[in-house]
Amino acid sequence: MLITRRVEFSSSHICRNPLLSEAENVRLYGPAANVNGHGHNYVLEVTLAGDVDPVTGMIYDLKDLKDVMMEEVVEPMDHRHLNYEVPPFDKVIPTTENLAVEIWGRLDRRFQGGPARLHTVRLFETEDTCVEYQGS
Amino acid sequence: MTVSLTRNYRFVASHRLHLEQLSAEENQRLFGKCNNPYGHGHNYLLSITVKGAVDDQTGLVVSLTGLDTLVQREVLDRYDHRYLNFDVPEFATTPSTTENMAFAIRDHLLREWCSSLGNSAPQLTNVRVQETKRNSVELTLID
Repeated sequence: MLITRRVEFSSSHICRNPLLSEAENVRLYGPAANVNGHGHNYVLEVTLAGDVDPVTGMIYDLKDLKDVMMEEVVEPMDHRHLNYEVPPFDKVIPTTENLAVEIWGRLDRRFQGGPARLHTVRLFETEDTCVEYQGS
Repeated sequence: MTVSLTRNYRFVASHRLHLEQLSAEENQRLFGKCNNPYGHGHNYLLSITVKGAVDDQTGLVVSLTGLDTLVQREVLDRYDHRYLNFDVPEFATTPSTTENMAFAIRDHLLREWCSSLGNSAPQLTNVRVQETKRNSVELTLID
């Protein structure tokens, strides 16, 4: 069975590849290449997979899941500029794809050996755009 | 027959709330995490409400194409995918609180209102700016 929790965080970022020309950056990233950056209200949905514990009736304590999401994602990223304040995005371009992979890495290690495993990270950059990552 | 019509627009932007005349501690106390030095960002939702008579012939209170063109040029082209503090002159020294954004958007729209929408243009009655799911500001222009 799957269980999903949602959190939000507000961050700014710049999508530019320093190895490419200005024209190539604009062609690739459009207005997101603006050198001063811009921002989003990101919505993160994290899905765990596991069996329902017959005693508690739960797959995983939702409060504990929220605490992990807060510690690993919201606290370090909320109201921050991803490129300047949240490694590895000083070196990795903080596209939604790369952000989802980074969030997967941060969360996956927290569920190793536990009763449920990380199943899906779904990250919405806007209400029309989201990236889903399942670890491979 | 008078009706109100609301049209929604979206833009994404980053900003930092900071007043040069205040100390670091005062800025932090006043603006909290919105004062973080490198800024942060939001997906903004802008709702524009107009009120006026429905044109007998067209059945419209306002030309949506005309309103879209005006909002695109006066608001979205200025704010979308921008760092408000550096890229938008009105927020270079004035903090880009949601309140101040509503005032600035009103001013941009009213300056070009009649030249864009014509003399029979409806009244601009409300400018609503939603910063997050929990925060929004609504500026009412007529009683």
